[in-house]
Amino acid sequence: MSSPTIQGLAAAPGIAVGPLWIHRPEGVVIERGPARDPAEEWRRVRRSIERSRAQLVELGGLALARVGPVEAAIFEAHQMFLDDEEFINAIRTGIDGKSLTAEAAIEDAVTVYADMLLALDDEYFRARAADLRDVGLRLIRNASGGEAVTHTLSQPSIIVADDLSPSDTIQFDRQFVLGLCTARGGPTSHVAILSRGMGVPAIVSARFDPDALAEGTLAVLDGEAGTLTLEPDQEEINAAQQRRGQWLSARALAQSVAHEPAVTTDGVRAEIVANIGNQRDALSAIDNGAEGVGLFRTEFLFMDRDDLPTEEEQVASYAEIARLMAGRPLVARMLDIGGDKPVPYLGIEHEDNPFLGWRAIRMLDGREDIYLTQFRALLRACAPTPDFRPDLRIMLPMVSTMLEIERGRALFDRARQQLRDEGLPQAEHVQFGIMVEVPSAALLAHHFARHVDFFSIGTNDLTQYTLAVDRGNARVVSLASPFSPAVLRLIAMTIDAAHAHGKWCGLCGELGGDVMATPLLLGMGLDEFSMSPSAIPAVKARVRALSQADCRAIAAHALSLATNREVTDYLGGL
Amino acid sequence: MSHTAQTTLTIHHEAGLHARPAARFVKLAGTFPCTITLRNLNKDAKAVNAKSMVSVLTQGVNQGTRIELVATGEQAAEAIAALTKLIESNFE
Repeated sequence: MSSPTIQGLAAAPGIAVGPLWIHRPEGVVIERGPARDPAEEWRRVRRSIERSRAQLVELGGLALARVGPVEAAIFEAHQMFLDDEEFINAIRTGIDGKSLTAEAAIEDAVTVYADMLLALDDEYFRARAADLRDVGLRLIRNASGGEAVTHTLSQPSIIVADDLSPSDTIQFDRQFVLGLCTARGGPTSHVAILSRGMGVPAIVSARFDPDALAEGTLAVLDGEAGTLTLEPDQEEINAAQQRRGQWLSARALAQSVAHEPAVTTDGVRAEIVANIGNQRDALSAIDNGAEGVGLFRTEFLFMDRDDLPTEEEQVASYAEIARLMAGRPLVARMLDIGGDKPVPYLGIEHEDNPFLGWRAIRMLDGREDIYLTQFRALLRACAPTPDFRPDLRIMLPMVSTMLEIERGRALFDRARQQLRDEGLPQAEHVQFGIMVEVPSAALLAHHFARHVDFFSIGTNDLTQYTLAVDRGNARVVSLASPFSPAVLRLIAMTIDAAHAHGKWCGLCGELGGDVMATPLLLGMGLDEFSMSPSAIPAVKARVRALSQADCRAIAAHALSLATNREVTDYLGGL
Repeated sequence: MSHTAQTTLTIHHEAGLHARPAARFVKLAGTFPCTITLRNLNKDAKAVNAKSMVSVLTQGVNQGTRIELVATGEQAAEAIAALTKLIESNFE
């Protein structure tokens, strides 16, 4: 017979085995009034605000020490509620207008705003209602002169509660917290964020009544399945203990090797780099063990504004990214924009088929100035410094003809010459490449390879253009598989063409971060894999488990297949 | 002399006016003497006090939401310019 199991939502991964500890927040009985002296009630509110502020500063320090800056920011956000004009005004109105006590006025103000937040569609905003309640409870307790609650965990336990406020969560002694389980809260609630930060398994939105559970009951909490199993039998305990051991060692291993290179069992190194669109992504790339950037999308600077960014603005922004990458390869893609994006100042007219229209490198025809400025800005931003020498590589998007490469290269040379003439410092040894994302470029790659230093395959657009499928159209999107043998053949042709001319080839579409494609791409000889930062640890781990010799046979077989389904069944079964 | 400045913007930050972006926005708004309001143009919403965190949160501003900012009073134009810059820089 299996033990009773409570089902919830997975909030933080991991397995825990231990006794339950039931958190029951003490209820606060509120005297509503009418208050005799509104001025005195208001003074109590002011005193409570200052006392609460001091407590939140202290909790923020505790969170910083125990978890990290992201988690400490939760308590800074709580402090902002204490200074909030509208919230404090609402409390004041309750006292002055309705003769409420300080506690009742606080409670009512919290309810008004919490209800508004709960009415929103987005889980994030609904979760902020819990923050406001947490602050409200603190204010009420401080207004009444109550003492702050201290938790008395005396042994490692799985903590269960109807709900846990961030203040509750952070105050538990971490060595005694095996796992967390709450009846409320969603996957983006603070309990979830804090437990992930603390590396403690957690489940939320679990269907149970805390009062029906007995303190000390032995339980297994599974943060991946989102379950809490009560009174497990010996077999279940053994299985859970084993999985906990595996989880702890896998976690330790993943953290220790995220920054190691990805080398196959037969000694072939794959370069694992990141796709980024701004500084935040660049930081995340470094944290996840990226060896550089394989695709820097420069569009962010050009969006949501009324005029072109100046050369100086571009230099400042690109230089930030170059500094963060500190000498690691940085592949910047020239502006890739077209009629599907609202950029009114570029004079893009309405097009019936923007993906087949005047976009990306095709803007050289008519707006050469934009590309000249961008080349200059990238070159200036990556000038060598005493600290490091940026490794800038520039690529042209959506190339479909040789003429585009020639014109792009000529403009690049002009930018270099201008900077030399003006005596401005600029990047050295810049590689010049192209995106291969139009079938004609893949088919002519053996010609193009002579004129560039590298290729980077954009599998998202290559798939869309090869299969004539609009990825935004729900009725046909299922046809858009990069595992189509037609797309795979174009990828293989492109890699072979690069190698035949002694050039390197990368790939920066979604396929690059898909671990199912890793053996296939390694077998085709791909040199550089570029992906979203979060995919990096998993792809590195996959590379380390493969040998290139085996992968070559896998790629040869996959390329001989006729349908997407055959390819995905084959790769999925490896 | 009292005057008014206003603008309409789209939020591109992936987190919308959540957590840190919202905090930076509200803090910056609070440094100006004029009154500043924010309105979510994607909903049929009332304009709210842009210096109040709870009020800004109740507007439910996500990535892609269009908002209207209106400042009235001293330094109205400066306030709108500074808030626009913060949003256009994507809160960097």
